[in-house]
Formats: sequence, structure tokens, C-alpha cells
Amino acid sequence: MQRYDAIKKIVENLSDELVISNIGFPSRELYGMCDRKENFYMSGSMGMATPIGLGLALALEEKDDSRKVIVIDGDGSLLMNFGELITVYAQNPSNLIIALIDNEAYGSTGSQETYASKVNLSNIARSIGYTEVTYIDARKSTDDIDMNVILNKKGPVFLHIKVEPGNTDAPIIDLSPSQIKNRFMKEVNK
Amino acid sequence: MDSTDVIYDGLKDAGINFIVSVPCANLKKLLKLIDEDDEIKHVPVTREEEGFGICAGAYMGGLKPAILMQNSGLGNSVNVLASLMKLYNFPIIMIISHRGTFGEAVYGQVPMGKATTKIFDSLDIRYEKVINPCESKEIIKKAWDLSEISGESYALLFDISYWKRSV
Repeated sequence: MQRYDAIKKIVENLSDELVISNIGFPSRELYGMCDRKENFYMSGSMGMATPIGLGLALALEEKDDSRKVIVIDGDGSLLMNFGELITVYAQNPSNLIIALIDNEAYGSTGSQETYASKVNLSNIARSIGYTEVTYIDARKSTDDIDMNVILNKKGPVFLHIKVEPGNTDAPIIDLSPSQIKNRFMKEVNK
Repeated sequence: MDSTDVIYDGLKDAGINFIVSVPCANLKKLLKLIDEDDEIKHVPVTREEEGFGICAGAYMGGLKPAILMQNSGLGNSVNVLASLMKLYNFPIIMIISHRGTFGEAVYGQVPMGKATTKIFDSLDIRYEKVINPCESKEIIKKAWDLSEISGESYALLFDISYWKRSV
């Protein structure tokens, strides 16, 4: 199983949850399989998916908006801005789910190996203090990914899904950055 | 009032209610004022770059964001300013302690001090040097208003001499 299969399991039964997807193939694959107004497709700035998700989650909490924020992040991107895991933990957003799809590779650039092959990112999250850490090895099957269980946990949730590297032939996103942002904001603030 | 109080008043007047920060000695008092303000959500960050991402998310959630940092943080944030803030037209104001300018005593601050305005020029991001504390309240409000209507980042540079003046 690859990233595409994991993303499919994460989003197939969502309702009003807000999703921030990482740059490159994660956003393209999400767009191709399940475009919705509640998706924000990141482009360009690697390592910023989780920060964007944190800012959004904190804003929703400030406004007593009960919707959840799901960040679909990758191992390479998380490693690029690793301090963010500390900031998320310290800010303690109860509505944030970091869905880390870990294929031990920089998938969008030719699947060069990341250091996620050498360190266990779940263990790092646990050592920081995250109490809701779920590790799922989905290299053979995604059957163990149950978003109903994950969505009922009090955040911040660290959902770590190990998959095989590889991309689909997902389409280029046919929306401009401003269209992505404006459509998303309209949905967030309706 | 001192040079910090008027920045705080300017942020309040502009309606800024979400602030991320990496500290600078010159921002010490401002950070304390913000921490004590229940109307402002303050998020200290580990690196300025993540601060911009967090502000982008907070803005989409309906808040009005600012970042407080030293100009060294600009060097940590070049790609996010171009590839997130500019690409998607996110507004934000940057309250920047501009170190490495005339009167600097720490040699490590000098290279970024010289590079700062050139980096903003390269990124095509507008900035204002704020010299006189009497003007900073009004400048902050105007900077946010312009940032919001244009969907562009806006930087305010407070150099070493600024912090020594009073209103």
C-alpha cells in the first residue's frame, strides 16, 4: 500500500472536517480522489502543512468552532520543520490531528530516502509528551486505519501511518492558489 | 509612554488578535504586554518560518495575525514568504527589531542587518522603517489595513535607535 491508499482511508468518510494537505503528490492525490471545499491544498513551502493546520486549529478553538483539522503531512516535510512538533504539543490543540503518512521517502522528487527509515517518528512524538499516538503499519493493508476511532480522540493526535513509497499519476491541481484559499476560507468562516 | 507602548497600542488599534513570536531583547516588554492580554492569542514558535505558516492558518480561521521577530528571522523565512504568503496572498504584519544597524554592538547581527532591506526588495515585499515612536501607532494600523486589502505581507522595521526614544 502506498500514500494514495492511506489518504483514501483517511478522507473516505469525512463530513465537515477541514483538511490541510502537504505539497506535491499528497495534495494532487487528495485533489484527484476527493476534491472538497474543506480541503486546503498546499504548494511551494515544504514543511508548512502542520504549522498551517495548527494556526487554523487554534483559530477554531478561539471561536468555539467544534470542527476538527486534519493535516496530511509527510515524513520528509515533518523532518524539515521538526520544531513544529514541539510547538503543537505546547499549544495543545484538542481539535488537531496530524496524519503523518510515512513512506521513508521524499516521494514527490523521486523517492529519495529520508531519515524516517532510521528513526521511529512515533517514539519521538511519545517522548515529546503526545499521549494520543497511533502507529499503523499499512505497508500490506490499510484495513487498520479507522478514522472513526481517531476522530473521537482528544487532540493533538499523532497518527503515524507507514506505507510503501510510490506515487500515482494524480492530476495537477486545476485551481489557482487564491481559488484554493478563498474557497477554503469561505467554508471555514461560513 | 515609551517606544514599546505605542507599538502595543498600534496592534490593538489594528485589531491584531493573533501573534506569533521569536524573542529579541528589544521585544521583551512587548511580548510581556501581549502575554497579559486576553484578547490576543500569543504563540511562541521555535523558528520564524513555522510562525508564518501558523499565521496563515490562523488568518484562514478568521483571525488577524502578526509576527514579532528579529531581522535574523527574515533569513529563516525567505521561502515561506515567497511560496506561501505571496503565492496564496496571505496578509500579515511583521514587527521586526532591526538589529545590525547604526549603534549595533554585537558583530553577529551585522550581516543580516545589512541584508534585510535588500531581501525584502528581492521578494518584492513592502516595508517601512519606523524611526519616531510618535508615529508607530498610526503606522501599524495603516500597515495592517494595507496588508489586508492587498493580501500582501508588510514589514515594519524598528531599528536600534527607535527603542531608545520615547513619545
